[in-house]
Amino acid sequence: MTVESTAARKPRRSAGTTAAKSGASTTGTKSAASKRTSAAGKKSPGVPGAPGASGPGPELVQLLTPEGERVKDATYDPYVADITPEDLRGLYRDMVLTRRFDAEATSLQRQGELGLWASLLGQEAAQIGSGRATREDDYVFPTYREHGVAWCRGVDPTNLLGMFRGVNNGGWDPNSNNFHLYTIVIGSQTLHATGYAMGVAKDGADSAVIAYFGDGASSQGDVAESFTFSAVYNAPVVFFCQNNQWAISEPTEKQTRVPLYQRAQGYGFPGVRVDGNDVLACLAVTKWALERARRGEGPTLVEAYTYRMGAHTTSDDPTKYRADEERESWEAKDPILRLRAYLEASNHADEGFFAELEAESEALGKRVREVVRAMPDPDRFAIFENVYADGHALVDEERAQFAAYQASFADEGEGK
Amino acid sequence: MAAEKMALAKAINESLRTALDADPKVLIMGEDVGKLGGVFRVTDGLQKDFGEDRVIDTPLAESGIVGTAIGLALRGYRPVVEIQFDGFVFPAYDQIVTQLAKMHARALGKIKLPVVIRIPYGGGIGAVEHHSESPEALFAHVAGLKVVSPSNASDAYWMMQQAIQSDDPVIFFEPKRRYWDKGEVTTDAIPGPLHKAVVAREGSDLTLAAYGPMVKVCLEAAAAAQEEGKSIEVLDLRSMSPIDFDSVQASVEKTRRLVVVHEAPVFLGTGAEIAARITERCFYHLEAPVLRVGGYHAPYPPARLEEEYLPGLDRVLDAVDRSLAY
Ligand SMILES: Cc1ncc(C[n+]2csc(CCOP(=O)(O)OP(=O)(O)O)c2C)c(N)n1
Repeated sequence: MTVESTAARKPRRSAGTTAAKSGASTTGTKSAASKRTSAAGKKSPGVPGAPGASGPGPELVQLLTPEGERVKDATYDPYVADITPEDLRGLYRDMVLTRRFDAEATSLQRQGELGLWASLLGQEAAQIGSGRATREDDYVFPTYREHGVAWCRGVDPTNLLGMFRGVNNGGWDPNSNNFHLYTIVIGSQTLHATGYAMGVAKDGADSAVIAYFGDGASSQGDVAESFTFSAVYNAPVVFFCQNNQWAISEPTEKQTRVPLYQRAQGYGFPGVRVDGNDVLACLAVTKWALERARRGEGPTLVEAYTYRMGAHTTSDDPTKYRADEERESWEAKDPILRLRAYLEASNHADEGFFAELEAESEALGKRVREVVRAMPDPDRFAIFENVYADGHALVDEERAQFAAYQASFADEGEGK
Repeated sequence: MAAEKMALAKAINESLRTALDADPKVLIMGEDVGKLGGVFRVTDGLQKDFGEDRVIDTPLAESGIVGTAIGLALRGYRPVVEIQFDGFVFPAYDQIVTQLAKMHARALGKIKLPVVIRIPYGGGIGAVEHHSESPEALFAHVAGLKVVSPSNASDAYWMMQQAIQSDDPVIFFEPKRRYWDKGEVTTDAIPGPLHKAVVAREGSDLTLAAYGPMVKVCLEAAAAAQEEGKSIEVLDLRSMSPIDFDSVQASVEKTRRLVVVHEAPVFLGTGAEIAARITERCFYHLEAPVLRVGGYHAPYPPARLEEEYLPGLDRVLDAVDRSLAY
């Protein structure tokens, strides 16, 4: 860290002066200043001994290799020691069905049934591993991409689609599964999670809270403030950052010069980097962090190192900013194939299991398609519903005007 | 380049290019403005041609974007920052309202803050929440900020030139659903001042005053009304702070009726200010109260209801009829 800041500071002083003096002339612009910035914009900062922000590094917690081999980890193995073959098949099933649901939503968007979709393709292990680590009385604060976590919490997947279809701005009751509404404003929910966790602690409850966000979100002031609050109040919250390498077109290097998990240290709580494509490791690390929170040991930052295999959303065009080879290299680390290889090698699942799951997956796809196509447009008066809990004279007045206006069309027959 | 037909988004792109070319102090900053060229491609190709230190992909932090733009402006730069969507300006609202707007006055006029904040705004594109809002009144209410919105490609080009040249902070609202509308842009014509309203269509029976995305709707309404024998004048305000009340007054003195149209909620909105001022200025000329057409006192609805929420041709014509009925 020290080395890095000194290195960055030195040229800035001299170049800064040059830029200030010569800035007014056109010739002065291609000065040291520009060279410096572009050099700093290159890949990882040379922090000795520390892994670059762009590489996974040796500190990555992994229990299953990309080839599906089980590797030992003294710290985290205890958290999956009691896992049965059935549990493993369950994790596999969750990932497969979540991927299927996601694929269905993507094609429904292409068919015009949804306005937008944010795919989780590639992030199934991070979401299912962490989601399955939560207890029923824990509370989850997602972003807009946590379809796999929603699945683990028992939210009917079709409920996730209303917002993307444009029939509602939420779609489920957050209290029925302790799964909060999707949050689109980047990073906001990390503060809600922290406050909720502060409340949990005040109540003397032993449940925990988990907040999801992306690598891009880690730059937001709200996220920094949530780290501060959670540390100061020792809040039982786990910050689960899915570092999928991109914030729309910006690589993680545009957000941070140190590996994200290391940020926690500066706030006074632990940070762990886990292989986000390893469902077992995600389960173990998240369990560990949630249990710390339950024991009153405060917040943890978990960075799940993973990859967004698809576009940011269906409106995005990743060919503008990233190379195909990158995706291909991550396909080799596919979280689903990895667990399948392990299940097969350890004889924990047979052909029948995979065939049955394939059928179940088909059925889920079909159901999602049917439910979405049948989803009616909301009643037009929904505009005025639930604006206030107590009611509001202005809303009442405008609703009445709206009704009179609508009725005027009926009077004229066709309307204009 | 002389006259050329181009989309509104392209006109802004050309304008930014011209500014980057002309003044080495001009910088473009924002999320995804580099390689991607912005989510609406408004900055497309600029990083390629001007480099990463002129067209800067920022961390994902709006308060950071505006706060550092303030610092860069203090150092003599002229940052043009992009906020990706209307609903995401609020993390930066503190910096804009408590710092950017007030620093010139606090420094006894000794420092200038030539920062342009571009915000694609408004609805009609079927987006999810926070992607369709019209928060202009929240900015126009703050002294120290200029707030403008072009309605067509030519204005988009020229108003951006003028905004960048302004020594004051300018909140530049871009009507996102008009980004793809094409219009003639004459890059060598001399434009009128940034805050001058223009008559977009002459008429004698009533004035429709609008800005940004609603100008087109009002022009369509005026055309439809023409078929019923009504002569409607359409005024494109172009600026919400300051508002060119003289032009509104001149039009109302001619037509004696005024309807203000915007997408933003009517309550305490730009239209309320115009109605109050014009009632004061034109009390004896008015044949009808100033009417307003706009959004409701409700959150922007989900996409499938936005046609109900947004003022369309029918709601504008309904207000025209009500005004003429007085
Ligand atoms: C405050 C705010 N600014 C900008 C946006 C637009 N936006 C939506 S998603 C996104 C990138 C988020 O990246 P990251 O946090 O890494 O999460 P990911 O989508 O990759 O999972 C941006 C810039 C937003 N939703 N909120």
